[in-house]
Amino acid sequence: MPGSWSLSRRYQALAERGAIFTRIRRFFEEKGYLEVETPFRIPAPAPEAQIDAIPADGWFLQTSPELCMKRMLTAGYERIFQICRCWREGERGSRHLSEFTMLEWYRANADYLFLMDETEALIRAAAVGTLVSYRGLSIDLSLPWERITVAEAFRLHARGSVEDALRDGSFDELMVERIEPKLGITRPTFIYDYPASCSALARLKKNDPSVAERFELYIGGLEIANAFSELIDPVEQRSRFEAEAAERASQGKVTYPMPEKFLAALAGMPEAAGIALGLDRLAMVLLDAESIDQVVAFTTEEL
Amino acid sequence: MYTAADLRKGLKIAIDNEPYIITHFDFAKPGKGQALYRTKLKNMISGSTLDRTYRSGETFEPANLEDRKMQYLYKEDDHYCFMDNDTFEQIHINEVAMGDAKNYLIDNLQVDVLIFREKAIGVDVPNFVNLRVTQTDPWVKGDTSGSDSKPATVETGYVLRVPPFIEEGELITIDTRTGDYSTRVKG
Repeated sequence: MPGSWSLSRRYQALAERGAIFTRIRRFFEEKGYLEVETPFRIPAPAPEAQIDAIPADGWFLQTSPELCMKRMLTAGYERIFQICRCWREGERGSRHLSEFTMLEWYRANADYLFLMDETEALIRAAAVGTLVSYRGLSIDLSLPWERITVAEAFRLHARGSVEDALRDGSFDELMVERIEPKLGITRPTFIYDYPASCSALARLKKNDPSVAERFELYIGGLEIANAFSELIDPVEQRSRFEAEAAERASQGKVTYPMPEKFLAALAGMPEAAGIALGLDRLAMVLLDAESIDQVVAFTTEEL
Repeated sequence: MYTAADLRKGLKIAIDNEPYIITHFDFAKPGKGQALYRTKLKNMISGSTLDRTYRSGETFEPANLEDRKMQYLYKEDDHYCFMDNDTFEQIHINEVAMGDAKNYLIDNLQVDVLIFREKAIGVDVPNFVNLRVTQTDPWVKGDTSGSDSKPATVETGYVLRVPPFIEEGELITIDTRTGDYSTRVKG
């Protein structure tokens, strides 16, 4: 029933989205990254407790290109990026589409702190100017950006401790209702050092193994990217996957085959850091869009 | 029975045996965390509102409402009058209980009147209704301001954004679930 007006009036947004993609590709080219492509349909997605894959003819649509890109790191591709579609079952709202566009990049011999700096540079290159107007906020992209640990954020914004939140199961609710709305309001915020239990593929911090070297970037209360220093110990990775698979089973969810080729490759993977950035979300912020629907040509419902 | 994944704007569920309608809905999922379903709910009897966040796996009973096919007749003061097509019984519903449905009421429109414990508490209108534009500014050909929409008033007094080419007197289709313009009715 809906006509083509909703599509034609997105022309300006889609043109600006395309220009953002062009600037992002130029950024990576200048930094010496190789643009790669890996298959969308895979036999074994990473078994994460809270991320559900969409079945596709006996295999699955990727929820992230992470495992294939890490196999490329092992094979000697030291700086790679990919812009691709990912699918996550049941995720739909004003900030979610179950089919969405991800930017992932991986760099050998780097850690999450290096990636924070590189993410700052990327987003400043993707934006036009240093002031972003988003949902009535005026967000300054000039350096430095805010950097706050998860523990500090809970103390400051949720008036409690991470340990208590994990114990009573309120971590995610407090994150969504109390903390996220306070992040990235006057300038972007990196929130980092997540509890080890929330980070299935991240390396634990050497001087504090209760947290993982993981960060998320927020702009205007919107989660934009997730990154970590990569876990490269195949034995540890297998046991974490088994724990995630057990959690899936306990919730009555589908369990996925163990990604054996990835685990085998992990033994030879160099120290590295990697990041996944939601490009639809970045476009929302840079174009001041209230809904993710406004920055894509077609939503699932419009097909 | 509904699950959290069924929640959406407009769904009616029972809480403590009273009917509630979801007036705002959004899906949230903090990085690597669990899915959360954030809602604002309106009690369909008292009009009071609630903010509730639900998790996957939670289940809900549908609001225990009876719906009766009725025809819209007229408005008097702050009441709207409807008639049962079979029994010719007439009922009145006040403006507050009508909610957004009042934006789409034209004479003889067929609606579902929602009954809870023998009292009419609201109205469901069709997903799409055709309404005539009574006022909108003319489109200036060659307008290069880049504006992609303009306000228009329809016969019920409701104001919405429409494409620039829509003219006064035209019939347009409105999606009542969003309140947005959908398409122009030809002829």
